[in-house]
Amino acid sequence: MNLPNMHAAQYNDTVVRQFSIAAVVWGVVGMLVGVFIAAQLAWPELNFGIPWLSYGRLRPLHTNAVIFAFGGCALFATSYYVVQRTGQVRLFAPALASFTFWGWQAVIVAAAISLPLGYTTGKEYAELEWPIDILITLVWVAYAIVFFGTVGLRRVKHIYVANWFFGAFILTVAILHLVNSAEVPAGWMKSYSAYAGVQDAMVQWWYGHNAVGFFLTAGFLGMMYYFIPKQAERPVPSARCIRTGCPSCISGR
Amino acid sequence: MDILFLLIPLSVALVLFILGGLWWAVEHGQFEGVESEGERILRDD
Repeated sequence: MNLPNMHAAQYNDTVVRQFSIAAVVWGVVGMLVGVFIAAQLAWPELNFGIPWLSYGRLRPLHTNAVIFAFGGCALFATSYYVVQRTGQVRLFAPALASFTFWGWQAVIVAAAISLPLGYTTGKEYAELEWPIDILITLVWVAYAIVFFGTVGLRRVKHIYVANWFFGAFILTVAILHLVNSAEVPAGWMKSYSAYAGVQDAMVQWWYGHNAVGFFLTAGFLGMMYYFIPKQAERPVPSARCIRTGCPSCISGR
Repeated sequence: MDILFLLIPLSVALVLFILGGLWWAVEHGQFEGVESEGERILRDD
């Protein structure tokens, strides 16, 4: 008999639960900041003349919170959930998985403190200064190890389609981050981009465009391809459609 | 626009990597029986 709690021992749902709760919390926080700065557009006096409440400092706090804190935690939670169940195997390297949770929360808190204080690279969706960029890299490498390690350990030969989307988003975001956040430190929370002028603009928006294309699109498609069939209790109708579309979409970016 | 000398080869390398992944998938039977695999997730837990 397939009782739900039989799987409690089989899968690592601790880290899934942690990220799921965090996603809800950061979603509320990030969207509240969004509402606040939206109000500032109509009533600029809502910054009360305080630098930490100024639109220019709070806007990146909002974007980072909804994209990386809310969206990021949701992607971690769902990718860890889906890769285990579709592979019928427990998460690889549970200590590293736990590190990805606490490390990502540390990145978020560092962002929440540094951005209102005015520390910024000025690069959209890549505002966080170099020490935080290093932490992001460490967490992301751990994430890749946990995710791909779990895929490698799977007991089901077929890699369910959602995992291809998650895998693509993990790899491409790593490349985007490494290339765009290449910077020369000039103080503890100050750096200069490795690129300048038009070159920097190109790299920045190659990053920005592909960040929304992979972090906000491919990753969520991975989520969608598992949870919608599950909720609808129907399989994806056309596998042919996905297997042509997935590599085409990634190549196109 | 000199940065294109970095971005274009980088993107080409990425596409080659993806094509390699696609070749691996085809070689290792990832596209066999996709319909049944789609239904497998409905049977789990």
